[in-house]
Amino acid sequence: MEIGLNHYLVLSTILFAIGLVGVMRRKNLLLLFFATEILLNAVNVAFAAISHYYGDLTGQMFAFFVIAIAASEVAVGLGLLIVWYKRNGSIDLDALTTMKG
Amino acid sequence: MEKYLYIALFAPLVSSLFSSLFTATPKKLFTGIMASLLIFTSLVSSTILLMYILKGGEPIHVTMMTWMATGDLYIPFGFVVDQISVTMMMVVTLVSTVVHVYAIGYMDHDKGFNRFFAWLSAFVFSMMILVMSDNYAGLFIGWEGVGLCSWGLIGFWFHKESATWAANEAFIMNRIADLGMLIGLFLIYWNTGTLQYDGAFAAFHQLPTDTLTWIGVFLFIGAMGKSAQFPLHTWLADAMEGPTPVSALIHAATMVTAGVYLVIRSHELYSLIPHVGLFIASLGTFVALFAASMALVNRDMKRVIAYSTLSQLGYMFAAAGLGAYWVALFHLMAHAGFKALLFLGAGNVMHSMHDELDPFKMGGLKKVMKGTWIMMVVGSLALAGVIPFAGFFSKDTILEAAYSGNHMVIYGVLLFTAGLTAFYSFRLVALIFHGEERYKLFGIHPHEAYRFMLWAMSPLLLVAIGAGILQTPFFDMVEEALNAHEYHIAHGTALIMLVGTQMFVGLAILYAYKKYANSRVTVPDGTSKMENSFAYKLLINQYYIPYAYEEYLVKPYRELSEVFWQKVDLKIVDATVDGIAGIIYSTGEKTRVMQSGNLSTMLKWMVAGLVGLLSLAVIFGLAARYSDEILTFLSALGV
Repeated sequence: MEIGLNHYLVLSTILFAIGLVGVMRRKNLLLLFFATEILLNAVNVAFAAISHYYGDLTGQMFAFFVIAIAASEVAVGLGLLIVWYKRNGSIDLDALTTMKG
Repeated sequence: MEKYLYIALFAPLVSSLFSSLFTATPKKLFTGIMASLLIFTSLVSSTILLMYILKGGEPIHVTMMTWMATGDLYIPFGFVVDQISVTMMMVVTLVSTVVHVYAIGYMDHDKGFNRFFAWLSAFVFSMMILVMSDNYAGLFIGWEGVGLCSWGLIGFWFHKESATWAANEAFIMNRIADLGMLIGLFLIYWNTGTLQYDGAFAAFHQLPTDTLTWIGVFLFIGAMGKSAQFPLHTWLADAMEGPTPVSALIHAATMVTAGVYLVIRSHELYSLIPHVGLFIASLGTFVALFAASMALVNRDMKRVIAYSTLSQLGYMFAAAGLGAYWVALFHLMAHAGFKALLFLGAGNVMHSMHDELDPFKMGGLKKVMKGTWIMMVVGSLALAGVIPFAGFFSKDTILEAAYSGNHMVIYGVLLFTAGLTAFYSFRLVALIFHGEERYKLFGIHPHEAYRFMLWAMSPLLLVAIGAGILQTPFFDMVEEALNAHEYHIAHGTALIMLVGTQMFVGLAILYAYKKYANSRVTVPDGTSKMENSFAYKLLINQYYIPYAYEEYLVKPYRELSEVFWQKVDLKIVDATVDGIAGIIYSTGEKTRVMQSGNLSTMLKWMVAGLVGLLSLAVIFGLAARYSDEILTFLSALGV
């Protein structure tokens, strides 16, 4: 069986769904970062696949941008996470409610 | 010459702006001096312009700039100095110079000294615009400007409830009349396509009489408000709450004569509609008598003079209505002089009596206030029309005009009023300056006013004495501009009329002296027979007109407003606005719980939102793609 565009898109969708569930269900801040990485990479897979399908490099360049931004986001996020842990001794999301309106 | 026109016009504005810089600071003498000097500059420029016009110079007409130009409507800021406006400019600047200098002394101890000069000069500027404008729109700007300044000056002592009330009354009553004036202006523009005097006057000749009548009537309604003619007269007497220099300048000499000026300025209109003119003359005659009768018994010095102003305005309207425009203008000029003199004299008396206004509590002030006494007597003689003082020439000519026009009723009433005028003015003089020194009972120590205040008044004294000799040159000047003509009455008749009038006036003066200048006069306490008579009560209560206005106009209006406030405003307008606000507020209150601050919950909401938006996009996308099928399906259902 030839692996075509649809297979990649299905994979991307499944990954995205997993990420989305992770974002909604996870209570650990670190694992929440994992979930967002899954989300971003699901999109990257779709970008790369569609780019290859059309023979247009723009999509792959976009994927590189996403990777770069994801990397910096994680760097900043992990920094904040460490500060938060040092201060509160916990990275549980339910304890993180100082913005309650 | 244009240079002098601009100086005369803008010096008062500069003065006002300069003084207004110091309104929030304590009294500074130099604001008063500076303001007086600037107004004096304006007087000098006006005099130069008068000399130029007297020598037969062409009227000066300048267009400073365009104010409005849209479509066919073109209104410039244009100014004209002709025989009529130069007379008014002289009156305005002369009286206001005197009043400015006088006020330096009068407002000496007042906290609002600087503010007073700012308002007073602003008034002069507005008045100059009013008389110098070359179109009705400019006149209207000045008209509203003097109304505003009058409001500010009547209510100058705004901490007094009665003063603010009087200021509002004057302002509101003038607004009612101004509506009439505006309608008049709209009619002029509608029918002639211009508001420029020369253009409109030229076009009036082609208009039907009906239209002209309406224009004339509505313009006169405006004049009635400003000049306090019946039934809009009540504000003038109440306006005496303001400082006395204000009464002298605004409510005697200048602003209240603006209505007369309007009629004189529009004489080309009114000479086409003599029936409206006759109405104006009749109303003026009525007001002359009506106001004089109220002045007979009033116990407030300033109000008596205010009623006499009203009465003299009636004379002016009588003259203007009968087509004797130049006589009206001449009487306006003479009246401005002697009436301002009387008011300023009354101001001196008030000052020395510690703001006491009841002449019955004065008496015998002649000994301490010699200068003021002379001024008041001369002013009263001029007002009464005794030969050879100013009022004689102007008032006698009005009588002649009425007589030679065969308006015997008007003539008779005006003649009778002349007697009343003489009586009440000398009643006032006798009560204040002669007889027993009744003020001693009240522990007052009167003193004469500052010497410079008396000097400041002296130009007005000269006008009151000698304005009569100006009659011939004045006539020659305005003859062409106002289509003036002399009134010729057979020599014998004229002599009899002259002697008769003078004797009548003389007798009235003697009677006033006999009745009020003796030692038996006491402060009335409401028990004497006269005070309980019906006529006295009618007159002292001003024919119950203020009472009737209060009872039958103000109170129903207030009740109506109450209903509208409770029913319409609160129940409909407010309720709608409050309802909208309430919905938004409660929505916020309900959805506040979403902001739990828990990141997990918020992310769930975000996902829910994303899913919602995506499904919307999908639905609309599908609907757009299959729109034809959907339409077919719907039409099959019969929609």
